[in-house]
Amino acid sequence: MPGISREEVAHLAKLARLELKDEELDHFAGQLDDIIGAVAAVSEVADDAAVPPTSHPLPLTNVMRQDEVRPSLTPQQALSGAPAREQQRFKVPQILGEE
Amino acid sequence: MAGELIKLTAAELAAGIARGELTAVEVTEAHLARIEAVDEKVNAFLHVDREGALAQAREVDAKRERGEKLGPLAGVPLALKDLFTTEGVPTTAGSKILQGWVPPYDATVTKRLKDADVVIIGKTNMDEFAMGSSTENSAYGPTGNPWDLTRIPGGSGGGSAASLAAYEAPLAIGTDTGGSIRQPAAVTGTVGVKPTYGGVSRYGMVAFSSSLDQGGPCARTVLDAALLHSVIAGHDEKDSTSIAQPVPDVVEAARNGEVKGLRVGVVKEFRGEGYQAGVMQRFDESVALLRELGAEVVELSCPSFTKALAAYYLIAPSECSSNLARFDAMRYGMRTGDDGTHSAEEVTALTREAGFGDEVKRRVMLGTYALSSGYYDAYYGSAQKVRTLITRDFEKAFEQVDVVVSPTTPTTAFPIGERADDPVAMYLADLCTIPSNLAGNSAMSIPCGLAPEDGLPVGLQIIAPAMADDRLYRVGAAVEAAYQARWGHPLLEEAPSL
Repeated sequence: MPGISREEVAHLAKLARLELKDEELDHFAGQLDDIIGAVAAVSEVADDAAVPPTSHPLPLTNVMRQDEVRPSLTPQQALSGAPAREQQRFKVPQILGEE
Repeated sequence: MAGELIKLTAAELAAGIARGELTAVEVTEAHLARIEAVDEKVNAFLHVDREGALAQAREVDAKRERGEKLGPLAGVPLALKDLFTTEGVPTTAGSKILQGWVPPYDATVTKRLKDADVVIIGKTNMDEFAMGSSTENSAYGPTGNPWDLTRIPGGSGGGSAASLAAYEAPLAIGTDTGGSIRQPAAVTGTVGVKPTYGGVSRYGMVAFSSSLDQGGPCARTVLDAALLHSVIAGHDEKDSTSIAQPVPDVVEAARNGEVKGLRVGVVKEFRGEGYQAGVMQRFDESVALLRELGAEVVELSCPSFTKALAAYYLIAPSECSSNLARFDAMRYGMRTGDDGTHSAEEVTALTREAGFGDEVKRRVMLGTYALSSGYYDAYYGSAQKVRTLITRDFEKAFEQVDVVVSPTTPTTAFPIGERADDPVAMYLADLCTIPSNLAGNSAMSIPCGLAPEDGLPVGLQIIAPAMADDRLYRVGAAVEAAYQARWGHPLLEEAPSL
């Protein structure tokens, strides 16, 4: 399987919302390449149709409960850790452009 | 007196408190004094809740005076891994991104401890978001191993294990995604249990890899671990993956250790290159001991275990890349770069860059890679298939044996810094513990001696099928009793004094 390039790491960092510094890109590219090399052995079973994937150790489907009102956090509690708040809401930086 | 109090087991402390021979306040004060005396060197705690612990202890003493019935661990101090939310008490998960965060609610584990009158004395150090095998990935500095402060105490729950080995607390809580309870227990000469997946609620436990994460008990004795297990385990409607079945009677099992007639499996894939000679020597002696105690030893092969590490280091990063998306700098935790010139998306990226450490960044990117189109089938999809094969290997093994045993970790505690910049070498510490997380069964680590070449503790891992956690305690208690009879004292007595 192909290794991972510095450009790919930059792309992954963007997808993962990490504003990496240039020196970090160099550092991580080498390390991620090593890790991917070490885990590539799993791909030997990629085409084995006789083996279904396991996503979870328990055979659970949806767990439902009654749709009823219960005590929950107050707005004040829910906002208690917010970096910024205004009028009982989370205050966030600009999301849409000016126009 | 305080010096003796900190050496007592949780069971002894609880009995003394219940009989009125000890007060919860003096027990708590003795442990707080110990923390004050040694934690500057050990760095097991990120936060010591002196006032909260003493208030809880006073409440226990008042209850006793009123003649109310106390639970089996009432008044016993406990060190809680900083991955569990605690209402009104800071919770960081070892990360800078959560520095100063004070949760508005208790995790289910926290609540059950409080309801059982266990005294939560503080929050313990850990690898950031439980990602690591050495506690070096904490944003708040590494924890020292009480056996040798220049060595790692294991991870991610190094703080919890070190607090036990340093006699700062008789009980602790850890979480185990790939070995984070068992590996620290092994390298500190303590006891750690990963319950069956779904056995202990994950509600309020900061999520790393949700299909693998499992909270569990840490202690200095098998019985203490069982008492703690029974307090925290059981169905919780706030966790949809919590198992709605009665908890196996682990306390009864721990009180009646026995291996006579038991079939014990030894898996041939759990040895070979990378395993330290002294670790294998103590492991082989443990197998011989099990035979002497009347167990039947069966050699097994679980061929897919050789791919477990690789599968784990795809599945866990994949799930973590999704779980950690919640740290977006909007609702809680750190926010950086919000100076009016950056968009919300930029603020998120700047905050995550400043707030996450290297290992978290590596895993988030690795997971993003493994889940991205073009690579999904080869990496994440294949890893899920390996997970099936490992589960099948265990199913076949448990047709032939009652429990499987192995070394907990291939080597003893390595020096702080030795593997810090070599992630692949670091990951090898979890070689023997990961298969149980992937299959979701139950596993324990107990001390089985010191490696002759370095005098450091070695752990024996015992693995049982899902919802057969009681078997761990039955075997663990028998082996613990036999070793203590042989040694004449608990292994920890041999640790240097701090």
